[in-house]
Amino acid sequence: MKKLMTGNSAVSHGVMLSRVEVISAYPITPQTTIVEELSEICADGRMKAKFIRVESEHSAMACVAAASATGARVFTATSSHGLAYMHEMLHWASGTRLPVVMVNANRTLGSPWNIWCEQGDSLAQRDTGWLQLYCQSAQEALDTVIQAFRIAEEILLPVMVLVDGFFLSHTAEPVDVPDQDMVDRFLPPFRPRYKLTTEDPHTFNIMADPSLFISFRHEAQKAMEGSKKVVRRVDGEYKSLFGRGYGLFEKFRCNDAEVILLTMGTAASTAREVIEAYRQRGKKVGLCRLRMFRPFPAEELIKFLNGRKKVAVLDRDNSLGAGGIVAQELKAALYPAARKPKVFEFIAGLGGQDITPETIQGIIEITLNNSAPAGVPIWMGVQK
Amino acid sequence: MNAKELLDEYLGSGHGCCPGCAMPIVMRTAFHALGENTIAVITAGCFGTISGTFPTSPIKLATYNTPFASVGAAASGVRAALDMKGDTKTAVLGVAGDGGTFDIGIQALSAAAERNEDFIYLCYDNEAYMNTGIQRSSATPWGAWTTTTPPSNLKSQPKKDIVEIMVAHRIAYVATASIAYPEDFTRKLKKAKETRGFKFIYAFSPCPVGWRFSSELTIRLARLAVQTKIFPLYEVENGERYILNEEPEGIPVSEYLKPQGRFSFLREGDMERIQENVDREWKRLMSRMERRTL
Repeated sequence: MKKLMTGNSAVSHGVMLSRVEVISAYPITPQTTIVEELSEICADGRMKAKFIRVESEHSAMACVAAASATGARVFTATSSHGLAYMHEMLHWASGTRLPVVMVNANRTLGSPWNIWCEQGDSLAQRDTGWLQLYCQSAQEALDTVIQAFRIAEEILLPVMVLVDGFFLSHTAEPVDVPDQDMVDRFLPPFRPRYKLTTEDPHTFNIMADPSLFISFRHEAQKAMEGSKKVVRRVDGEYKSLFGRGYGLFEKFRCNDAEVILLTMGTAASTAREVIEAYRQRGKKVGLCRLRMFRPFPAEELIKFLNGRKKVAVLDRDNSLGAGGIVAQELKAALYPAARKPKVFEFIAGLGGQDITPETIQGIIEITLNNSAPAGVPIWMGVQK
Repeated sequence: MNAKELLDEYLGSGHGCCPGCAMPIVMRTAFHALGENTIAVITAGCFGTISGTFPTSPIKLATYNTPFASVGAAASGVRAALDMKGDTKTAVLGVAGDGGTFDIGIQALSAAAERNEDFIYLCYDNEAYMNTGIQRSSATPWGAWTTTTPPSNLKSQPKKDIVEIMVAHRIAYVATASIAYPEDFTRKLKKAKETRGFKFIYAFSPCPVGWRFSSELTIRLARLAVQTKIFPLYEVENGERYILNEEPEGIPVSEYLKPQGRFSFLREGDMERIQENVDREWKRLMSRMERRTL
């Protein structure tokens, strides 16, 4: 059934359809409406779950991680400073190999204070052992939350689903809400092999000495590497049941494209229009929307970019002293490639600044009109 | 307590505690009182850090170790998951030291108490950050030496009154406990297990290494703390009903302070000052007492 709903509401519906058992969260703009709606859904009985209204995000993640270890399907949501406050617990959840699913509504980290969209909050958590899936539409957010539980519970690593603050979290779109029985067929109840129980007592997370710790990490690394296959398979199954799939990255007008614009999240919707306009003028440009950032689909991107002349990376984030995080990852991935494109790096949309068709046009013009990149990322929209 | 009960041990040998440490006695007593239908949530600090190294563990209960600040939140999560499965018979026991309770963990603890989560929170108080090597905490008493309160700059603030902080949450049950009074300790844990809502058990845990006393004196110092009125044994029900469990002999505090090297830098008049403070606190506590159980 199609309903008009915001990205955040789509997330809440995805959580409800996934039959989550324990939710714990702390409000933060622009995530807040997710947990507000989930509170109502739990209170009016549409969902049978415990909702624990904790006093901080650190506690929210500690709470859902422990509930997950006790065998419950769990969910939390946050943004920006909340995600940063969870940092320690993000490592803990992945280290304990817990299938926690979290939605982060991407928002800038201060200072100065800023509540608007930027992807630097979640990209800064790229080394915490979570899968990261970036969404472009409310529909994709709902579908990805349901998929995330299947993926997490199979590989035993937590999954972070990202929605751009306001541009996606607060924008209403028609969303096809799947039937509960269809979702139940896709997502069976969570039955972990090991859990905290008095019937078979185990100790979780005691000290692993230097001779053993590296082996724990290596197991997690193998799981992370193997997750690409799982993400693809789960997405394929979802598509066969619900008619929608998204892959590791989405391609638009890429078949014979010599220049590729690569970005994540809602900027891709705007970019699609601009790319189409260039195509009308006979320019061989295409769009690649990266959906999965962790694990980084290096092999797949090498294959996809093989023989292309240029790739323009639009980062809605910046690592001070290094540049755009997506661009850094892409350049590292391309290093061993035999026929790699030149990488043009752009920083835009920080602190929620609009990425307009003109911004993207500017990026494409610079990429088309220069034979080589500037050597440093080009910042769009900085006041002179 | 019958002989058969003594066999129900849930803390075995193999933990890495220092000789004479009170904490494993606290934990052993607590586990024994609560029994096998218990899930323990532990954290950084002496117990979390030295209670076994993978793949061996001296703890025979289902145990989840969580980062330092998060016992209150993690125990709430375990309780919620059990409740969702309809398991109301398993008790959840959160465990932290004074650092994890008075300081870094107080936010999650206060929040869990305010939500009246149905689990037992056990604090073992050794009055400093002992696991990292004797740094002052807000549980360190006035006048004590630690590595961060050196002789020229001894702790100049009184100990935080964690019991009154927890009582102010109006939770179902708060009790102090001492390893020198094991029957009282066991009774309190069993009472906590039978009580619904949030329970806070506060156990005194002498530390020979950090307090600088000879390791055979652990139980004696635990008893002296009660008998000098420094650590009164009492319970508070529903945030208002105070019950005294042990009428102290009122031994002078100097008897308790003198065997401890951490108090060896006190200046003239300091012992008297500590005595005055203990007497004042005792008077304040007695004014709240509804009845005395002797």
